[in-house]
Amino acid sequence: MINYKDIENKTLSSIEKEYPFITSFYESNKLVVEENENTTLNEYFNSFTEEEIEEWAIDIDKIKEDMIIFINEMLSFLGVKEEVGVNSLTILPGQDKSGNKENFEELTINKSEIISIVGPTGSGKSRLLADIEWTANADTPTKRSILINGDIPDKKWRFSSSNKLVAQLSQNMNFVMDLTAREFIELHARSRMVEEEEEVIEKIIEAANHLAGEKFDLETPITSLSGGQSRALMIADTAILSTSPIVLIDEIENAGIDRKRALNLLVSEEKIVLMATHDPTLALMANKRIVIKNGGIHKVIETDEKERGILVQLDKLDAITSKLRAELRAGNSLNVEDIVL
Amino acid sequence: MNLITVSGPPSSGKTSIIIKTINSLHQRDLKVGVVKFDCLYTDDDVLYEKIGVPVKKGLSGSLCPDHYFVSNIEEVVQWGVDLELDVLITESAGLCNRCSPYIKDVKAICVIDNLSGINTPKKIGPMLKSADIVIITKGDIVSQAEREVFASRVHSVNPKAITMHINGLTGQGAYELSTLLYDEGDNIDTVKGKKLRFSMPSALCSYCLGETRIGEDFQMGNVRKMDLGGKND
Repeated sequence: MINYKDIENKTLSSIEKEYPFITSFYESNKLVVEENENTTLNEYFNSFTEEEIEEWAIDIDKIKEDMIIFINEMLSFLGVKEEVGVNSLTILPGQDKSGNKENFEELTINKSEIISIVGPTGSGKSRLLADIEWTANADTPTKRSILINGDIPDKKWRFSSSNKLVAQLSQNMNFVMDLTAREFIELHARSRMVEEEEEVIEKIIEAANHLAGEKFDLETPITSLSGGQSRALMIADTAILSTSPIVLIDEIENAGIDRKRALNLLVSEEKIVLMATHDPTLALMANKRIVIKNGGIHKVIETDEKERGILVQLDKLDAITSKLRAELRAGNSLNVEDIVL
Repeated sequence: MNLITVSGPPSSGKTSIIIKTINSLHQRDLKVGVVKFDCLYTDDDVLYEKIGVPVKKGLSGSLCPDHYFVSNIEEVVQWGVDLELDVLITESAGLCNRCSPYIKDVKAICVIDNLSGINTPKKIGPMLKSADIVIITKGDIVSQAEREVFASRVHSVNPKAITMHINGLTGQGAYELSTLLYDEGDNIDTVKGKKLRFSMPSALCSYCLGETRIGEDFQMGNVRKMDLGGKND
Protein backbone atom coordinates (compact mmCIF):
# COMPACT_ATOMS: atom_id res chain seq x y z
CA MET A 1 0.00 0.00 0.00
CA ILE A 2 1.35 3.41 -0.91
CA ASN A 3 0.02 6.84 -0.08
CA TYR A 4 0.29 10.20 -1.80
CA LYS A 5 3.32 11.27 0.21
CA ASP A 6 5.26 8.36 -1.26
CA ILE A 7 5.00 9.65 -4.81
CA GLU A 8 4.41 13.39 -4.61
CA ASN A 9 8.08 14.26 -5.14
CA LYS A 10 8.73 11.68 -7.83
CA THR A 11 8.80 12.69 -11.46
CA LEU A 12 6.06 11.58 -13.80
CA SER A 13 8.46 9.38 -15.73
CA SER A 14 9.88 7.71 -12.64
CA ILE A 15 6.35 6.97 -11.44
CA GLU A 16 5.69 5.45 -14.84
CA LYS A 17 8.83 3.36 -14.57
CA GLU A 18 7.85 2.10 -11.15
CA TYR A 19 4.18 1.49 -11.97
CA PRO A 20 3.98 0.80 -15.72
CA PHE A 21 0.20 0.33 -15.53
CA ILE A 22 -0.21 4.00 -14.61
CA THR A 23 -0.12 4.98 -18.31
CA SER A 24 -3.76 3.97 -18.70
CA PHE A 25 -4.64 6.18 -15.74
CA TYR A 26 -2.63 9.10 -17.17
CA GLU A 27 -4.34 8.63 -20.48
CA SER A 28 -7.91 8.23 -19.22
CA ASN A 29 -7.58 11.30 -17.04
CA LYS A 30 -5.82 13.32 -19.71
CA LEU A 31 -2.66 13.83 -17.68
CA VAL A 32 0.03 14.68 -20.21
CA VAL A 33 3.40 13.11 -19.56
CA GLU A 34 5.12 14.36 -22.69
CA GLU A 35 7.31 17.36 -21.95
CA ASN A 36 6.59 16.87 -18.25
CA GLU A 37 8.76 13.79 -17.79
CA ASN A 38 10.99 15.46 -15.25
CA THR A 39 8.29 17.33 -13.40
CA THR A 40 7.40 15.95 -10.01
CA LEU A 41 3.83 14.94 -9.42
CA ASN A 42 3.28 17.82 -7.02
CA GLU A 43 4.77 20.36 -9.42
CA TYR A 44 2.65 18.95 -12.18
CA PHE A 45 -0.61 19.23 -10.28
CA ASN A 46 0.31 22.71 -9.08
CA SER A 47 0.98 23.80 -12.65
CA PHE A 48 -2.71 23.76 -13.54
CA THR A 49 -4.10 27.28 -13.60
CA GLU A 50 -7.43 28.16 -12.03
CA GLU A 51 -8.74 28.61 -15.56
CA GLU A 52 -7.62 25.21 -16.78
CA ILE A 53 -9.15 23.54 -13.76
CA GLU A 54 -12.48 25.22 -14.46
CA GLU A 55 -12.23 24.75 -18.20
CA TRP A 56 -11.47 21.03 -18.30
CA ALA A 57 -13.43 20.15 -15.18
CA ILE A 58 -10.41 18.83 -13.31
CA ASP A 59 -10.68 18.04 -9.63
CA ILE A 60 -7.07 17.84 -8.46
CA ASP A 61 -7.83 16.42 -5.02
CA LYS A 62 -10.04 13.76 -6.51
CA ILE A 63 -7.41 12.82 -9.11
CA LYS A 64 -4.75 12.51 -6.41
CA GLU A 65 -7.02 10.32 -4.34
CA ASP A 66 -8.05 8.23 -7.37
CA MET A 67 -4.47 7.79 -8.47
CA ILE A 68 -3.49 6.30 -5.13
CA ILE A 69 -6.51 4.00 -5.08
CA PHE A 70 -5.74 2.97 -8.65
CA ILE A 71 -2.10 2.17 -7.92
CA ASN A 72 -2.91 0.25 -4.76
CA GLU A 73 -5.64 -1.76 -6.44
CA MET A 74 -3.39 -2.57 -9.36
CA LEU A 75 -0.61 -3.64 -7.05
CA SER A 76 -2.90 -5.96 -5.16
CA PHE A 77 -4.49 -7.18 -8.40
CA LEU A 78 -1.08 -8.02 -9.85
CA GLY A 79 -0.10 -9.61 -6.56
CA VAL A 80 -3.08 -11.97 -6.38
CA LYS A 81 -2.48 -13.62 -9.71
CA GLU A 82 -1.09 -16.69 -8.00
CA GLU A 83 -3.80 -16.76 -5.39
CA VAL A 84 -5.95 -19.86 -5.15
CA GLY A 85 -8.72 -19.55 -7.72
CA VAL A 86 -12.31 -20.61 -7.52
CA ASN A 87 -12.40 -24.40 -7.31
CA SER A 88 -16.00 -24.88 -6.40
CA LEU A 89 -19.28 -23.07 -6.09
CA THR A 90 -21.91 -24.22 -3.63
CA ILE A 91 -25.55 -23.20 -3.61
CA LEU A 92 -27.42 -23.56 -0.30
CA PRO A 93 -31.22 -23.63 -0.52
CA GLY A 94 -33.47 -20.67 0.09
CA GLN A 95 -37.12 -20.40 -0.83
CA ASP A 96 -39.35 -20.11 -3.89
CA LYS A 97 -41.76 -17.25 -4.65
CA SER A 98 -44.38 -18.70 -2.29
CA GLY A 99 -41.93 -19.01 0.58
CA ASN A 100 -41.50 -22.81 0.40
CA LYS A 101 -38.04 -24.18 1.08
CA GLU A 102 -36.20 -25.19 -2.06
CA ASN A 103 -36.18 -28.87 -2.84
CA PHE A 104 -32.48 -29.73 -2.47
CA GLU A 105 -29.96 -29.83 0.34
CA GLU A 106 -26.78 -28.47 -1.10
CA LEU A 107 -25.47 -28.25 -4.65
CA THR A 108 -21.72 -28.07 -5.21
CA ILE A 109 -20.35 -27.42 -8.68
CA ASN A 110 -16.64 -27.98 -9.25
CA LYS A 111 -14.50 -26.32 -11.85
CA SER A 112 -14.66 -27.97 -15.27
CA GLU A 113 -18.20 -29.10 -14.53
CA ILE A 114 -21.21 -28.17 -16.63
CA ILE A 115 -24.63 -27.58 -15.12
CA SER A 116 -27.69 -26.88 -17.22
CA ILE A 117 -30.61 -24.82 -15.98
CA VAL A 118 -34.11 -25.50 -17.28
CA GLY A 119 -37.47 -23.90 -16.59
CA PRO A 120 -39.96 -21.64 -18.35
CA THR A 121 -39.31 -17.94 -18.95
CA GLY A 122 -39.88 -15.97 -15.78
CA SER A 123 -39.37 -19.00 -13.54
CA GLY A 124 -36.36 -17.47 -11.83
CA LYS A 125 -33.30 -18.30 -13.90
CA SER A 126 -32.05 -14.69 -13.89
CA ARG A 127 -32.54 -14.51 -10.13
CA LEU A 128 -30.42 -17.63 -9.64
CA LEU A 129 -27.66 -16.11 -11.72
CA ALA A 130 -27.95 -12.80 -9.88
CA ASP A 131 -27.62 -14.66 -6.57
CA ILE A 132 -24.40 -16.26 -7.80
CA GLU A 133 -23.02 -13.00 -9.17
CA TRP A 134 -23.78 -11.19 -5.91
CA THR A 135 -22.53 -14.13 -3.82
CA ALA A 136 -25.82 -14.06 -1.92
CA ASN A 137 -25.60 -14.68 1.79
CA ALA A 138 -29.26 -15.27 2.67
CA ASP A 139 -29.67 -11.55 1.95
CA THR A 140 -31.53 -11.63 -1.37
CA PRO A 141 -35.26 -12.27 -1.98
CA THR A 142 -34.62 -16.02 -2.46
CA LYS A 143 -32.63 -16.27 0.81
CA ARG A 144 -30.12 -18.51 -0.95
CA SER A 145 -26.48 -18.62 0.11
CA ILE A 146 -23.51 -19.02 -2.16
CA LEU A 147 -20.23 -20.49 -0.98
CA ILE A 148 -16.93 -20.32 -2.84
CA ASN A 149 -14.46 -23.15 -2.16
CA GLY A 150 -16.82 -24.16 0.64
CA ASP A 151 -16.62 -20.87 2.51
CA ILE A 152 -18.59 -17.65 2.76
CA PRO A 153 -16.97 -15.60 0.02
CA ASP A 154 -14.96 -12.43 0.25
CA LYS A 155 -17.02 -9.29 -0.44
CA LYS A 156 -14.59 -8.36 -3.22
CA TRP A 157 -16.69 -10.41 -5.62
CA ARG A 158 -19.55 -7.98 -5.12
CA PHE A 159 -17.83 -4.71 -5.73
CA SER A 160 -14.58 -5.16 -7.57
CA SER A 161 -14.80 -4.25 -11.23
CA SER A 162 -11.79 -6.33 -12.25
CA ASN A 163 -12.79 -9.43 -10.31
CA LYS A 164 -16.24 -10.30 -11.53
CA LEU A 165 -17.33 -13.80 -10.63
CA VAL A 166 -19.53 -14.44 -13.64
CA ALA A 167 -18.94 -13.94 -17.34
CA GLN A 168 -21.96 -14.13 -19.60
CA LEU A 169 -22.54 -15.36 -23.10
CA SER A 170 -25.93 -15.04 -24.71
CA GLN A 171 -27.59 -15.26 -28.08
CA ASN A 172 -28.40 -11.54 -28.11
CA MET A 173 -24.82 -10.44 -27.77
CA ASN A 174 -23.13 -8.62 -30.59
CA PHE A 175 -19.87 -6.91 -31.22
CA VAL A 176 -20.42 -3.16 -31.28
CA MET A 177 -16.84 -2.01 -31.76
CA ASP A 178 -15.53 -1.40 -35.23
CA LEU A 179 -12.24 -3.30 -34.99
CA THR A 180 -10.50 -6.24 -36.60
CA ALA A 181 -10.38 -9.50 -34.67
CA ARG A 182 -6.73 -8.80 -33.80
CA GLU A 183 -7.38 -5.27 -32.52
CA PHE A 184 -10.33 -6.54 -30.56
CA ILE A 185 -8.40 -9.25 -28.72
CA GLU A 186 -5.46 -6.88 -28.22
CA LEU A 187 -7.73 -4.36 -26.56
CA HIS A 188 -9.13 -6.97 -24.23
CA ALA A 189 -5.68 -8.36 -23.44
CA ARG A 190 -4.37 -4.88 -22.62
CA SER A 191 -7.23 -4.10 -20.31
CA ARG A 192 -6.22 -7.24 -18.44
CA MET A 193 -2.52 -6.39 -18.65
CA VAL A 194 -1.64 -9.73 -20.18
CA GLU A 195 2.07 -10.09 -20.75
CA GLU A 196 2.31 -12.57 -23.62
CA GLU A 197 -0.06 -10.63 -25.85
CA GLU A 198 0.91 -12.15 -29.20
CA GLU A 199 0.73 -15.68 -27.83
CA VAL A 200 -2.73 -15.13 -26.37
CA ILE A 201 -4.02 -13.61 -29.60
CA GLU A 202 -2.81 -16.63 -31.58
CA LYS A 203 -4.30 -19.01 -29.06
CA ILE A 204 -7.71 -17.33 -29.18
CA ILE A 205 -7.96 -17.12 -32.95
CA GLU A 206 -6.92 -20.75 -33.25
CA ALA A 207 -9.49 -21.82 -30.68
CA ALA A 208 -12.19 -19.71 -32.33
CA ASN A 209 -11.46 -21.26 -35.73
CA HIS A 210 -11.58 -24.69 -34.18
CA LEU A 211 -15.17 -23.91 -33.09
CA ALA A 212 -16.41 -22.00 -36.12
CA GLY A 213 -17.87 -23.72 -39.16
CA GLU A 214 -16.18 -21.24 -41.48
CA LYS A 215 -12.65 -20.06 -40.77
CA PHE A 216 -11.71 -16.41 -40.42
CA ASP A 217 -8.44 -14.59 -39.83
CA LEU A 218 -7.16 -11.90 -37.51
CA GLU A 219 -7.64 -9.13 -40.03
CA THR A 220 -11.40 -9.73 -40.38
CA PRO A 221 -13.47 -6.89 -38.92
CA ILE A 222 -15.47 -8.35 -36.04
CA THR A 223 -18.67 -6.69 -37.21
CA SER A 224 -18.54 -8.66 -40.47
CA LEU A 225 -18.22 -12.07 -38.82
CA SER A 226 -21.15 -14.47 -39.29
CA GLY A 227 -23.31 -15.38 -36.31
CA GLY A 228 -21.42 -18.63 -35.79
CA GLN A 229 -18.01 -16.98 -36.12
CA SER A 230 -18.98 -14.22 -33.68
CA ARG A 231 -20.18 -16.78 -31.18
CA ALA A 232 -16.96 -18.77 -31.66
CA LEU A 233 -14.77 -15.73 -31.08
CA MET A 234 -16.79 -14.67 -28.02
CA ILE A 235 -16.55 -18.12 -26.49
CA ALA A 236 -12.82 -18.51 -27.22
CA ASP A 237 -12.12 -15.04 -25.84
CA THR A 238 -14.20 -15.65 -22.71
CA ALA A 239 -12.57 -19.03 -22.11
CA ILE A 240 -9.01 -17.79 -22.51
CA LEU A 241 -9.01 -14.11 -21.57
CA SER A 242 -11.85 -13.49 -19.13
CA THR A 243 -10.89 -13.41 -15.44
CA SER A 244 -14.27 -14.68 -14.37
CA PRO A 245 -14.14 -18.28 -13.12
CA ILE A 246 -17.82 -18.91 -13.81
CA VAL A 247 -19.37 -18.67 -17.26
CA LEU A 248 -23.09 -18.43 -17.77
CA ILE A 249 -24.38 -19.37 -21.19
CA ASP A 250 -27.84 -18.51 -22.40
CA GLU A 251 -28.37 -21.05 -25.21
CA ILE A 252 -25.93 -21.62 -28.06
CA GLU A 253 -27.75 -21.80 -31.36
CA ASN A 254 -26.90 -24.83 -33.38
CA ALA A 255 -25.57 -23.02 -36.44
CA GLY A 256 -22.07 -22.38 -37.65
CA ILE A 257 -20.46 -23.46 -34.42
CA ASP A 258 -19.41 -26.77 -32.90
CA ARG A 259 -21.14 -26.60 -29.54
CA LYS A 260 -19.49 -29.67 -28.11
CA ARG A 261 -16.05 -28.24 -28.78
CA ALA A 262 -17.19 -24.89 -27.35
CA LEU A 263 -18.16 -26.49 -24.05
CA ASN A 264 -14.98 -28.58 -24.03
CA LEU A 265 -12.90 -25.46 -24.49
CA LEU A 266 -14.53 -23.75 -21.51
CA VAL A 267 -14.13 -26.86 -19.40
CA SER A 268 -10.50 -27.28 -20.40
CA GLU A 269 -9.82 -23.71 -19.25
CA GLU A 270 -11.13 -24.77 -15.82
CA LYS A 271 -14.33 -22.73 -15.91
CA ILE A 272 -17.47 -23.58 -14.02
CA VAL A 273 -20.15 -23.59 -16.70
CA LEU A 274 -23.82 -22.84 -16.08
CA MET A 275 -26.02 -23.06 -19.09
CA ALA A 276 -29.65 -22.05 -19.51
CA THR A 277 -30.90 -24.22 -22.35
CA HIS A 278 -33.81 -26.26 -23.62
CA ASP A 279 -31.75 -27.89 -26.32
CA PRO A 280 -31.54 -31.62 -25.55
CA THR A 281 -28.00 -31.99 -26.89
CA LEU A 282 -26.65 -29.25 -24.66
CA ALA A 283 -28.70 -30.27 -21.64
CA LEU A 284 -27.41 -33.84 -21.87
CA MET A 285 -23.80 -32.70 -22.09
CA ALA A 286 -24.19 -31.24 -18.61
CA ASN A 287 -23.25 -33.27 -15.56
CA LYS A 288 -26.41 -32.17 -13.77
CA ARG A 289 -29.41 -30.05 -14.50
CA ILE A 290 -31.27 -27.70 -12.26
CA VAL A 291 -35.03 -27.50 -12.72
CA ILE A 292 -36.45 -24.12 -11.71
CA LYS A 293 -40.10 -23.64 -10.85
CA ASN A 294 -41.92 -20.74 -9.22
CA GLY A 295 -38.68 -18.91 -8.44
CA GLY A 296 -37.06 -21.83 -6.63
CA ILE A 297 -34.88 -24.82 -7.45
CA HIS A 298 -37.42 -27.60 -7.77
CA LYS A 299 -35.14 -30.51 -8.61
CA VAL A 300 -31.54 -31.35 -9.38
CA ILE A 301 -31.28 -34.17 -11.91
CA GLU A 302 -28.03 -36.00 -12.52
CA THR A 303 -27.48 -36.94 -16.15
CA ASP A 304 -27.25 -40.75 -16.06
CA GLU A 305 -25.91 -43.20 -18.61
CA LYS A 306 -29.37 -43.96 -19.91
CA GLU A 307 -30.09 -40.33 -20.68
CA ARG A 308 -26.66 -39.86 -22.10
CA GLY A 309 -27.39 -42.68 -24.55
CA ILE A 310 -29.83 -40.35 -26.27
CA LEU A 311 -26.87 -38.17 -27.17
CA VAL A 312 -25.66 -40.74 -29.67
CA GLN A 313 -28.94 -40.46 -31.57
CA LEU A 314 -28.91 -36.68 -31.32
CA ASP A 315 -25.36 -36.57 -32.65
CA LYS A 316 -26.51 -38.45 -35.72
CA LEU A 317 -29.30 -35.92 -36.27
CA ASP A 318 -26.82 -33.08 -35.81
CA ALA A 319 -24.42 -34.64 -38.27
CA ILE A 320 -27.14 -34.83 -40.90
CA THR A 321 -28.13 -31.20 -40.43
CA SER A 322 -24.49 -30.11 -40.52
CA LYS A 323 -23.88 -32.04 -43.70
CA LEU A 324 -26.94 -30.52 -45.39
CA ARG A 325 -25.80 -27.09 -44.29
CA ALA A 326 -22.34 -27.64 -45.74
CA GLU A 327 -23.86 -28.77 -49.03
CA LEU A 328 -26.02 -25.66 -49.18
CA ARG A 329 -23.04 -23.45 -48.47
CA ALA A 330 -21.09 -25.15 -51.26
CA GLY A 331 -23.95 -24.51 -53.68
CA ASN A 332 -24.92 -28.17 -54.19
CA SER A 333 -28.35 -29.76 -54.47
CA LEU A 334 -29.59 -31.73 -51.49
CA ASN A 335 -30.38 -35.44 -51.71
CA VAL A 336 -32.94 -37.29 -49.67
CA GLU A 337 -30.44 -40.21 -49.53
CA ASP A 338 -28.23 -38.05 -47.30
CA ILE A 339 -30.74 -38.44 -44.49
CA VAL A 340 -29.87 -41.78 -42.94
CA LEU A 341 -30.50 -42.31 -39.28
CA MET B 1 -35.35 11.33 4.12
CA ASN B 2 -32.48 10.05 1.96
CA LEU B 3 -31.75 12.03 -1.19
CA ILE B 4 -30.20 10.23 -4.15
CA THR B 5 -29.14 11.95 -7.36
CA VAL B 6 -29.10 9.81 -10.48
CA SER B 7 -27.74 11.12 -13.73
CA GLY B 8 -26.35 9.79 -16.97
CA PRO B 9 -26.43 10.34 -20.71
CA PRO B 10 -29.81 10.29 -22.48
CA SER B 11 -31.21 6.80 -23.13
CA SER B 12 -28.63 5.08 -20.94
CA GLY B 13 -31.38 3.38 -18.94
CA LYS B 14 -31.76 5.64 -15.89
CA THR B 15 -35.53 5.34 -15.64
CA SER B 16 -35.58 1.56 -16.08
CA ILE B 17 -32.90 1.12 -13.44
CA ILE B 18 -34.68 3.43 -11.00
CA ILE B 19 -38.04 1.71 -11.49
CA LYS B 20 -36.57 -1.76 -10.97
CA THR B 21 -34.71 -0.55 -7.90
CA ILE B 22 -37.79 1.13 -6.42
CA ASN B 23 -39.61 -2.21 -6.65
CA SER B 24 -37.00 -3.62 -4.28
CA LEU B 25 -37.18 -0.59 -1.98
CA HIS B 26 -40.95 -1.03 -1.80
CA GLN B 27 -40.40 -4.58 -0.54
CA ARG B 28 -38.73 -3.01 2.46
CA ASP B 29 -41.77 -0.76 3.02
CA LEU B 30 -39.83 2.38 2.14
CA LYS B 31 -41.77 5.28 0.66
CA VAL B 32 -40.02 6.50 -2.47
CA GLY B 33 -40.63 9.58 -4.61
CA VAL B 34 -39.00 10.69 -7.85
CA VAL B 35 -38.36 14.06 -9.46
CA LYS B 36 -37.45 13.87 -13.11
CA PHE B 37 -35.48 16.70 -14.67
CA ASP B 38 -35.31 16.93 -18.40
CA CYS B 39 -34.79 19.47 -21.11
CA LEU B 40 -37.57 19.57 -23.69
CA TYR B 41 -39.80 16.60 -23.13
CA THR B 42 -40.33 13.60 -20.95
CA ASP B 43 -43.16 11.20 -20.31
CA ASP B 44 -41.24 9.11 -17.82
CA ASP B 45 -43.46 10.54 -15.09
CA VAL B 46 -46.24 8.29 -16.42
CA LEU B 47 -44.00 5.25 -15.92
CA TYR B 48 -43.37 6.22 -12.32
CA GLU B 49 -47.07 6.87 -11.69
CA LYS B 50 -47.83 3.41 -13.01
CA ILE B 51 -45.87 1.82 -10.18
CA GLY B 52 -47.50 4.11 -7.64
CA VAL B 53 -44.59 6.43 -7.04
CA PRO B 54 -45.25 10.12 -6.31
CA VAL B 55 -43.51 11.99 -9.11
CA LYS B 56 -42.87 15.56 -10.28
CA LYS B 57 -41.22 16.60 -13.50
CA GLY B 58 -39.32 19.73 -14.39
CA LEU B 59 -38.44 20.79 -17.90
CA SER B 60 -35.60 23.26 -18.18
CA GLY B 61 -36.56 24.40 -21.69
CA SER B 62 -34.06 26.95 -22.93
CA LEU B 63 -32.01 26.94 -19.72
CA CYS B 64 -29.00 24.78 -18.96
CA PRO B 65 -30.64 21.71 -17.37
CA ASP B 66 -28.14 21.50 -14.54
CA HIS B 67 -28.41 25.17 -13.62
CA TYR B 68 -32.14 24.56 -13.56
CA PHE B 69 -31.60 21.55 -11.33
CA VAL B 70 -29.53 23.37 -8.76
CA SER B 71 -31.93 26.33 -8.67
CA ASN B 72 -34.79 24.00 -7.80
CA ILE B 73 -33.29 21.24 -5.71
CA GLU B 74 -34.10 22.77 -2.30
CA GLU B 75 -37.80 23.14 -3.23
CA VAL B 76 -37.76 19.59 -4.53
CA VAL B 77 -36.35 18.37 -1.22
CA GLN B 78 -39.09 20.22 0.66
CA TRP B 79 -41.70 18.55 -1.56
CA GLY B 80 -40.28 15.18 -0.55
CA VAL B 81 -40.15 16.11 3.12
CA ASP B 82 -43.81 17.21 3.02
CA LEU B 83 -44.78 13.83 1.55
CA GLU B 84 -42.83 12.12 4.33
CA LEU B 85 -40.76 10.14 1.83
CA ASP B 86 -38.04 7.79 3.03
CA VAL B 87 -36.14 8.09 -0.23
CA LEU B 88 -36.25 10.87 -2.81
CA ILE B 89 -34.58 10.14 -6.13
CA THR B 90 -33.79 12.87 -8.63
CA GLU B 91 -33.19 11.82 -12.19
CA SER B 92 -31.46 14.09 -14.68
CA ALA B 93 -29.82 13.68 -18.06
CA GLY B 94 -26.26 14.89 -18.43
CA LEU B 95 -26.58 16.54 -21.76
CA CYS B 96 -23.21 18.15 -22.32
CA ASN B 97 -20.87 15.65 -20.63
CA ARG B 98 -19.32 18.49 -18.68
CA CYS B 99 -21.69 18.93 -15.83
CA SER B 100 -22.99 16.91 -12.95
CA PRO B 101 -25.71 17.69 -10.48
CA TYR B 102 -24.02 15.88 -7.58
CA ILE B 103 -24.04 17.39 -4.13
CA LYS B 104 -21.45 16.80 -1.43
CA ASP B 105 -22.63 14.18 1.11
CA VAL B 106 -25.60 13.18 -1.06
CA LYS B 107 -25.37 9.79 -2.76
CA ALA B 108 -24.55 10.19 -6.46
CA ILE B 109 -25.22 7.53 -9.08
CA CYS B 110 -24.13 7.67 -12.71
CA VAL B 111 -25.79 5.39 -15.27
CA ILE B 112 -23.84 4.71 -18.43
CA ASP B 113 -24.34 2.08 -21.11
CA ASN B 114 -22.07 -0.39 -22.86
CA LEU B 115 -23.28 0.69 -26.29
CA SER B 116 -21.94 4.20 -25.88
CA GLY B 117 -18.46 3.09 -26.91
CA ILE B 118 -15.29 2.40 -24.98
CA ASN B 119 -13.99 5.95 -25.23
CA THR B 120 -17.06 7.38 -23.57
CA PRO B 121 -15.78 7.08 -20.00
CA LYS B 122 -12.93 9.38 -20.97
CA LYS B 123 -15.29 11.92 -22.53
CA ILE B 124 -17.63 12.29 -19.60
CA GLY B 125 -16.54 14.74 -16.94
CA PRO B 126 -17.53 15.05 -13.28
CA MET B 127 -20.85 13.27 -13.91
CA LEU B 128 -18.92 10.00 -14.12
CA LYS B 129 -15.72 10.86 -12.31
CA SER B 130 -17.28 12.08 -9.09
CA ALA B 131 -20.12 9.54 -8.79
CA ASP B 132 -20.22 7.17 -5.80
CA ILE B 133 -21.82 4.35 -7.74
CA VAL B 134 -21.49 3.73 -11.47
CA ILE B 135 -24.16 1.55 -13.05
CA ILE B 136 -23.31 -0.01 -16.40
CA THR B 137 -26.31 -1.07 -18.48
CA LYS B 138 -27.06 -2.95 -21.70
CA GLY B 139 -24.50 -5.63 -20.88
CA ASP B 140 -26.83 -8.27 -22.28
CA ILE B 141 -26.27 -7.21 -25.88
CA VAL B 142 -22.51 -6.75 -26.13
CA SER B 143 -19.78 -9.35 -25.86
CA GLN B 144 -18.14 -10.30 -22.59
CA ALA B 145 -14.86 -8.78 -23.78
CA GLU B 146 -16.45 -5.42 -24.52
CA ARG B 147 -18.14 -5.45 -21.12
CA GLU B 148 -14.81 -6.10 -19.42
CA VAL B 149 -12.95 -3.45 -21.40
CA PHE B 150 -15.69 -0.90 -20.78
CA ALA B 151 -15.72 -1.60 -17.04
CA SER B 152 -11.97 -1.26 -16.84
CA ARG B 153 -12.14 2.11 -18.63
CA VAL B 154 -14.76 3.29 -16.15
CA HIS B 155 -12.58 2.05 -13.35
CA SER B 156 -9.56 4.00 -14.56
CA VAL B 157 -11.43 7.34 -14.48
CA ASN B 158 -13.20 6.65 -11.20
CA PRO B 159 -11.44 3.92 -9.22
CA LYS B 160 -13.20 4.88 -6.02
CA ALA B 161 -16.73 4.23 -7.23
CA ILE B 162 -18.60 0.98 -6.83
CA THR B 163 -19.19 -0.30 -10.36
CA MET B 164 -22.21 -2.51 -10.95
CA HIS B 165 -23.78 -4.13 -13.99
CA ILE B 166 -27.55 -3.94 -14.09
CA ASN B 167 -29.91 -5.20 -16.74
CA GLY B 168 -32.69 -2.60 -17.05
CA LEU B 169 -34.99 -5.04 -18.82
CA THR B 170 -34.88 -8.01 -16.46
CA GLY B 171 -33.87 -6.00 -13.42
CA GLN B 172 -30.94 -8.33 -12.75
CA GLY B 173 -28.73 -6.45 -10.30
CA ALA B 174 -31.38 -3.90 -9.24
CA TYR B 175 -32.09 -5.65 -5.96
CA GLU B 176 -28.38 -5.53 -5.19
CA LEU B 177 -28.28 -1.80 -5.94
CA SER B 178 -31.24 -1.22 -3.63
CA THR B 179 -29.28 -2.64 -0.70
CA LEU B 180 -26.78 0.19 -1.09
CA LEU B 181 -29.34 2.96 -1.17
CA TYR B 182 -31.08 3.56 2.10
CA ASP B 183 -29.30 4.41 5.31
CA GLU B 184 -30.99 6.11 8.26
CA GLY B 185 -27.73 7.87 8.99
CA ASP B 186 -27.99 9.69 5.66
CA ASN B 187 -31.32 11.37 6.43
CA ILE B 188 -31.58 15.05 5.57
CA ASP B 189 -34.39 17.59 5.70
CA THR B 190 -32.78 20.31 3.62
CA VAL B 191 -29.90 20.82 1.20
CA LYS B 192 -29.58 24.50 2.04
CA GLY B 193 -25.94 25.28 2.73
CA LYS B 194 -24.71 22.13 1.01
CA LYS B 195 -22.37 22.45 -1.93
CA LEU B 196 -22.16 21.00 -5.40
CA ARG B 197 -19.32 18.53 -5.87
CA PHE B 198 -18.23 20.44 -8.91
CA SER B 199 -18.89 23.85 -10.42
CA MET B 200 -21.26 23.85 -13.36
CA PRO B 201 -20.24 24.99 -16.83
CA SER B 202 -20.53 28.72 -17.03
CA ALA B 203 -21.60 30.73 -20.00
CA LEU B 204 -23.10 34.07 -20.53
CA CYS B 205 -22.93 35.20 -24.11
CA SER B 206 -25.40 36.79 -26.45
CA TYR B 207 -26.64 33.36 -27.57
CA CYS B 208 -27.57 32.48 -24.00
CA LEU B 209 -29.88 35.46 -24.16
CA GLY B 210 -31.67 34.47 -27.32
CA GLU B 211 -29.50 35.84 -30.10
CA THR B 212 -29.96 33.88 -33.34
CA ARG B 213 -27.91 35.85 -35.85
CA ILE B 214 -24.47 34.54 -36.82
CA GLY B 215 -21.33 36.66 -37.12
CA GLU B 216 -18.84 38.45 -34.93
CA ASP B 217 -20.99 41.56 -34.72
CA PHE B 218 -23.57 39.68 -32.71
CA GLN B 219 -21.24 37.90 -30.28
CA MET B 220 -20.93 39.48 -26.88
CA GLY B 221 -19.92 38.40 -23.42
CA ASN B 222 -18.19 35.09 -22.68
CA VAL B 223 -17.18 34.11 -26.22
CA ARG B 224 -14.28 31.91 -27.17
CA LYS B 225 -12.81 31.23 -30.59
CA MET B 226 -11.48 27.91 -31.85
CA ASP B 227 -7.85 27.84 -32.84
CA LEU B 228 -7.90 26.64 -36.43
CA GLY B 229 -4.24 27.40 -37.04
CA GLY B 230 -2.87 29.21 -40.07
CA LYS B 231 -3.82 32.82 -40.59
CA ASN B 232 -6.03 33.02 -37.55
CA ASP B 233 -2.98 32.77 -35.28
